[in-house]
Amino acid sequence: MGSRWSPYDNNGGTCVAIAGANYCVVAADTRMSTGYSILTREYSKTCKLADKCVLASSGFQADVRALQKNLSAKHLFYQHQHNKQMSCPAMGQLLSNTLYYKRFFPYYAFNVLGGLDNEGKGCVFTYDAVGSYERVGYSTQGSGSSLIMPVLDNQLKSPSPLLLPAKDAITPLSESEAVDLVKDVFASATERDIYTGDKVEIVIINDVGIRREYIDLRKD
Amino acid sequence: MQNLMGSPMEMELERTLYPYVTGSSVLAIKYKYGILMAADTGGSYGSTLRFKDIQRIKTIGKHSLLGAGGEISDFQEILKYLDELIVYDNMWDDGNSLGPKELHNYLARVMYDRRNKFNPLWNSLVLAGIKNGEKYLGVVTMLGVHYKDNYVATGFGNYLAVPILRKEWRDDLSIEEAMKILEKCMRILLYRDRSSINKYQIAEITDIEATIFSPYSLKTFWGFSAFKEPAKSAEGSW
Repeated sequence: MGSRWSPYDNNGGTCVAIAGANYCVVAADTRMSTGYSILTREYSKTCKLADKCVLASSGFQADVRALQKNLSAKHLFYQHQHNKQMSCPAMGQLLSNTLYYKRFFPYYAFNVLGGLDNEGKGCVFTYDAVGSYERVGYSTQGSGSSLIMPVLDNQLKSPSPLLLPAKDAITPLSESEAVDLVKDVFASATERDIYTGDKVEIVIINDVGIRREYIDLRKD
Repeated sequence: MQNLMGSPMEMELERTLYPYVTGSSVLAIKYKYGILMAADTGGSYGSTLRFKDIQRIKTIGKHSLLGAGGEISDFQEILKYLDELIVYDNMWDDGNSLGPKELHNYLARVMYDRRNKFNPLWNSLVLAGIKNGEKYLGVVTMLGVHYKDNYVATGFGNYLAVPILRKEWRDDLSIEEAMKILEKCMRILLYRDRSSINKYQIAEITDIEATIFSPYSLKTFWGFSAFKEPAKSAEGSW
């Protein structure tokens, strides 16, 4: 008896986001794999949903694309109804609801949402496949996340959520220091995770706008 | 007809569980002036070579080529869907015509939609086209996974042909150079892929026109000394 057809596949990849005082860095590698093959080395996992809001998703690419299209369409509706762009926290809630809507046939997508909140401070939201989310100072999802998260924990020293008074999780690092950290963690994850590599696409959101950087990674 | 849900009133449609008549790999490569696509003309029925003259590459509209591996009957159904699309597009009669990017997106949505209903079209599709000088080459799998690149291969081609394409592809290949690379890949697939046959169709698409050439065969070489006396070093080795 052969194995039953599965509607899911894992196309791999890793996503990272770090929130700063007045910026946010969202990054993802550009490798798309299936099984032990690489399908393409140049495929973007990031999607600009709103002026100050970027989504990075890894997992099953067909679901990721459908999810991105879905959110973009809902954002268009929002703009028509409210005559303004959605804020990042609002998009955060919308993504959670969209994911939970398919609770019983989930989008196999592992998301990090990054951008600027209404006060211009960096914000990062991290999700699981069915929509449970929280606002954090930094996060990573995808095949290399278990390799990267401990490094970010060590470098970004997130305060305990149990502290009183509550301390801000936003990193005091400057924008260029955060980008350098992102490059370092991707280089490290690429060494040991077979699904991460080729290139990393780094999206930086600040009050001026959005810009992209591409850094080469190991191709093996 | 199996009633999968157990309800006495509803008769659920059957779902595709496994493919029956299948086509093997499809390869495609961008070159300076357009795109070349290659596929053999075989249709296997499990391990039997049932059909030897199947056209697995078709022209779609004015600007695109579609090649398919996997279940042939599902490919024929996709061609029907696309026929309808093109007819409606022509009926607008507005001087605009569907380009490869639009077709790729349409096919990706169709495949994803069928996957969502647990009734996939069991194909790996290669969509190549050129419109207003802009070349486009993309793939859609039966799960709805889709991507574009400068060179693609489906099925066994992913393992055997893509490494060669990755090494030898350049931005400004002439058509002869591109043909050589494709034939190199097809020859390797012929030697190593059990479901491939030595009868190929090459298709070319440029800004001017799309052409599907007549089937032809590749020269093969089997005169390796190790094949002549296969039992020569049998003892002590495997």
